[in-house]
Amino acid sequence: MNVHAILAIYRFEMARMGRTLFQSIAAPVLSTSLYFIVFGAAIGSRIAEIDGVSYGSFIVPGLIMLTLLTESVSNASFGIYFPKYAGTIYEVLSAPVSFVEILAGFVGAAATKSIVLGIVILATASLFVDIDILHPWWMAGFLVLTAVTFSLFGFVLGIWADSWEKLAFVPTLIITPLTFLGGTFYSINVLPPFWQTVMLFNPVVYLVSAFRWSFYGNADVSVALSLAMTCGFLLACLVTVWAIFRTGYRLKP
Amino acid sequence: MRHIIEIDGLTKTYVGGFEALKEISLQVRQGEILALLGPNGAGKTTLISIVCGLVRPGSGSVRVGGHDVIADFRKARSLIGLVPQELPTDIYENVWNMLRFSRGLFGRKPDAAHLEGVLRSLSLWERRQSKMFTLSGGMKRRVLIAKALAHEPEVLFLDEPTAGVDVELRQDMWRLIRDLKDKGVTIILTTHYIEEAEQMADRIGIIDHGELMLVQDKQRLMSELGRKQLELHLQDPLAAVPSALAAYRLELAHDGRDLVYTYDSHASRTGITALLRDLGEAGIRFSDVRTRQSSLEEIFVDLIRKQRR
Repeated sequence: MNVHAILAIYRFEMARMGRTLFQSIAAPVLSTSLYFIVFGAAIGSRIAEIDGVSYGSFIVPGLIMLTLLTESVSNASFGIYFPKYAGTIYEVLSAPVSFVEILAGFVGAAATKSIVLGIVILATASLFVDIDILHPWWMAGFLVLTAVTFSLFGFVLGIWADSWEKLAFVPTLIITPLTFLGGTFYSINVLPPFWQTVMLFNPVVYLVSAFRWSFYGNADVSVALSLAMTCGFLLACLVTVWAIFRTGYRLKP
Repeated sequence: MRHIIEIDGLTKTYVGGFEALKEISLQVRQGEILALLGPNGAGKTTLISIVCGLVRPGSGSVRVGGHDVIADFRKARSLIGLVPQELPTDIYENVWNMLRFSRGLFGRKPDAAHLEGVLRSLSLWERRQSKMFTLSGGMKRRVLIAKALAHEPEVLFLDEPTAGVDVELRQDMWRLIRDLKDKGVTIILTTHYIEEAEQMADRIGIIDHGELMLVQDKQRLMSELGRKQLELHLQDPLAAVPSALAAYRLELAHDGRDLVYTYDSHASRTGITALLRDLGEAGIRFSDVRTRQSSLEEIFVDLIRKQRR
């Protein structure tokens, strides 16, 4: 195992975050604050409690998940796409590193950044509403699992993308809509039965549901099913990355 | 002498059908400077890229330091440093961090003293905290060389190292390459500048259309394939070569003021004595005589032309 290489990639990627620390943290904190002002205070005050939790508190896990998903995908996809775009990827590909080590460096850094942001969002939210965390270890586990899984997905996206437009396509047109429709701002139990069934095809529903359960003990779908779905997606991403490195897809002609 | 790189029957056909390499076999001796010459699209960069792990080989085998570049890629790649043709850099990072990254990537422990030595040898020490976007093209190329040397490689690939750099920097590069050779580093360079190969290389390899046409000691190549010419500066210009001298295949140059005779310097009889005698009998007087040997550039162009016929 080339530990020095993993650390080199990890530190290099984290340094990129350090260079853009203000916008990396300020933008998500600002947008989360706006969500709380609009949905929590302005609209939320007129909405009844959901499963015994105030609306402002109810949306906290979903907002963290929203940030976690979008930041994981964006950080990881940019992390691998930029060296491809700039041509500096040659150094990683010609170094004595295996694909597992490359993954550990890039995905580890992307996941770390989004976890840090998730914690910052949680801290920001606690300034606006009361937050209980009934299952802190499960919360931390889901936080890490989701960040790693979607960073892996972002890594695949960054390798697939051959233009900035394609890089922005999935986060903007797929991840964000799925997250908004995935129970971030509501419980899917309030939907008519038909739409509840439709929503079960949205993978984000499982992530938000399980994450919210770790806070308040209420879940829209079974926690075990949520865990299984997330692990399944993680496995699918791992197999895809393995296939990419085995075939050299968009990396080695 | 030990071969640090052994390439045997290497082929590469890209998706789309372009056959970039055709059964290339090549051994690179440890500690030598090998220059690979060839026109654009000849296969030089593909060959280098396969050895370095950037392009997947078709068939054949490549070993570096006795390690197969596929089966034992870690050991093989850890011996190699690569300076690419383009100037890809992370423009917002500073020079020092770029070098630390390169060294770590190749599995080496941090060694500030070594990195300082590399930077000083490339006149980059004062710029170590400079961000890449503030550096000139020549400086960026030096940084890429420094990055390639950060992990103390035994083999250094330089893909067009002096493309687009000024004369002063080119001289610096040549000096650096000689220093590295003196330290025992094997250097494989591709270049369009024949002068560069002529100045630097111990051996020359010529690639065209994916085929390695020859690999030979530079001096031997120049003496075997290089033509020698005898140039006679005439007292009175000639309008045409006299028919009595047709057997010598003479050429007139400089408006008939020079007579040029091309001969094989290794032949037992060069024909020079007979030519001078026959010129005297034909009443042709000359005021000066000089000889010249064809340059590597002329040899290269001749070989490529012959190959394409």
